Amino acid sequence: MTALLEVNGLRTHFFTSAGVVKAVDGITFDLMEGESLAIVGESGCGKSITALSIMRLIPSPPGRILGGSIRFMGEDLLAQDDKAMRDIRGNRIGMVFQEPMTSLNPVLTIGRQLTEAVQRHLGYDNEAAHARASELLELVGIPDAANRLRAYPHEFSGGMRQRVMIAMALSCSPKLLIADEPTTALDVTIQAQILELIQQVQRELGIAVIIITHNLGVVARYVDRINVMYAGRIVERGTLHQVFDEPQHPYTKGLLASVPRLDKPKGERLIPIEGMPPDLSNLPAGCAFRERCAYAIARCEEDVPEVRHVRSAAAEHHVACWAVETGSAA
Amino acid sequence: MTTSSADSPLVEVSRVKKYFPVTSGIVFKKRVGEVKAVDDVSLTIRRGETLGLVGESGSGKSTLGRCILQLHQQTEGEVKFDGIEMSTLSGRELRTMRRRINAIFQDPYSSLSPRMTAAGIIGEPVSVHGLVQGKAEMRERIQHLLDVVGLNPYMADRFPHEFSGGQRQRIGIARAIAAEPEFIVADEPVSALDVSIQAQIINLLQELQEQFGLTYLLIAHDLSVVRHISDRVAVMYLGKLMELAPCDDLYEDPQHPYTKALLSAVPVPDPTVEEARERIVLQGDIPSPQNPPQGCVFHTRCPMAIDDCRAVVPPLKETSRGHWTACIRVGPGAV
Repeated sequence: MTALLEVNGLRTHFFTSAGVVKAVDGITFDLMEGESLAIVGESGCGKSITALSIMRLIPSPPGRILGGSIRFMGEDLLAQDDKAMRDIRGNRIGMVFQEPMTSLNPVLTIGRQLTEAVQRHLGYDNEAAHARASELLELVGIPDAANRLRAYPHEFSGGMRQRVMIAMALSCSPKLLIADEPTTALDVTIQAQILELIQQVQRELGIAVIIITHNLGVVARYVDRINVMYAGRIVERGTLHQVFDEPQHPYTKGLLASVPRLDKPKGERLIPIEGMPPDLSNLPAGCAFRERCAYAIARCEEDVPEVRHVRSAAAEHHVACWAVETGSAA
Repeated sequence: MTTSSADSPLVEVSRVKKYFPVTSGIVFKKRVGEVKAVDDVSLTIRRGETLGLVGESGSGKSTLGRCILQLHQQTEGEVKFDGIEMSTLSGRELRTMRRRINAIFQDPYSSLSPRMTAAGIIGEPVSVHGLVQGKAEMRERIQHLLDVVGLNPYMADRFPHEFSGGQRQRIGIARAIAAEPEFIVADEPVSALDVSIQAQIINLLQELQEQFGLTYLLIAHDLSVVRHISDRVAVMYLGKLMELAPCDDLYEDPQHPYTKALLSAVPVPDPTVEEARERIVLQGDIPSPQNPPQGCVFHTRCPMAIDDCRAVVPPLKETSRGHWTACIRVGPGAV
């Protein structure tokens, strides 16, 4: 397998009146063809900015990609001009956003919004585009597709709208689907439907998927690999089982320990991560997590931890922590 | 006033309905229908317990909470607090009553006045109910409350925007306990917070309950959180109560098909467990509460539905001790 997406040392900062916000600060990861990856972290950890950087949708000003590279299918996305990026977005990379109500245009029919991409990117005529649109609605499990194409977004429920968003993202048969919190706005029974759908299209169409979420539970069933982010950096990355079964970074361990779980006996008290996430425009020196970390050592105050191989584990498992025994730098 | 005894329930909700009118027209509003947000719900909350109330959006769980707080006047039915029917109280009597009942809301950003300092927000219920005399005593009280909820007393003069989400929720909690209530309705108290902060707030709620002997109604959609702190749990769907049981019973032995599906949809953060777990994925969407299905409101999505379910509204019946289920297909006499 070849890497479909390679992100190397990506840095995206926002230059605001309150100072420079280091939203993404030097992250490196890759994604194979047909593979699914979860980017997990809390609000402000940079997970959405990572996605927007890949799509080159960072609002500028105030945002700017300062350094690093993003290679997609062998091309450097950061070197593309706007026109070339428009050809890639929606065509080879599809994106699904969190809020299905605000990401659809309320005054256009579902059909009009679904046909736009194939007409724009693939040059379909009206009839072919229409046929493609009803095929897509069926693919995402919306019955009576031909009639539903004439409906407006307000006539759909939240879960249905999210299905339409997924259909739109898939319309040009992309190689990569990025879903930014695709289920956060949905009810738990609808969440399950949407995640099953994403997994089904990933398998059937053989596309790679990046799911961005704050909920560790959501991804435990659906992805191959996980990147855990904190304060603009990847603190741990590995396969699903490596991260869940043998978490290395104190933050990952803390996250897993702090949520009540249905499969465990009811405990007395939860073990929270004390303190709160740092201010991204005023990060402390050294490790951004050290003030909340029970394992912090002297070195954590001075040096930003490098991303290194976990000594005991297979090559994919990486962690950025001075207190964890690691092998060579990655 | 009736005499209260330790055995009688603190809150009694009987056959409460709350319908909201649906109107059309701009000047001459015509009533074209109604949303049955809560439809004939009865339950009790015992002294010192935490009753978890779960359900998806539109299930009526928050509306029921607001009826109990008397922020909504119920359309029909009774809400009794400590034996006193709330809807018949005069404004003055209700105000006195409100000292004993308080609320914590979901969004710590919109539920605190941006123009008041933390001290002002927390001090308001204290002064409204005349609980302290003089500024020095008030100051002392506020400092104490901040300390109880884990905030540094020197933060008293800050405004809400200077606090993080978790700290704001702590201020909301301090406000809720300021007048020393007996009963608190917590409506999604942690769902707006980051995962690492949620556990801090859940622990705080539990500590306060032990310290002050509080009774909670915890309204939430996160079933893992509800299980963690509830003694009993009620499940709502489309305005109806589907199941009510002691916490362990409900999670280990759910009876209603909706509860079963709901529990199986909750993700567990462990891939090994997830791989082994069977998941019931419900088909379809939650119907509109303006036009709920006839018979059992869940029959349109229920994997066990039979013809009778379309005709009969299932009564809530006791399927085992203290375990109530509204389904004609479970328990004694099931079809």
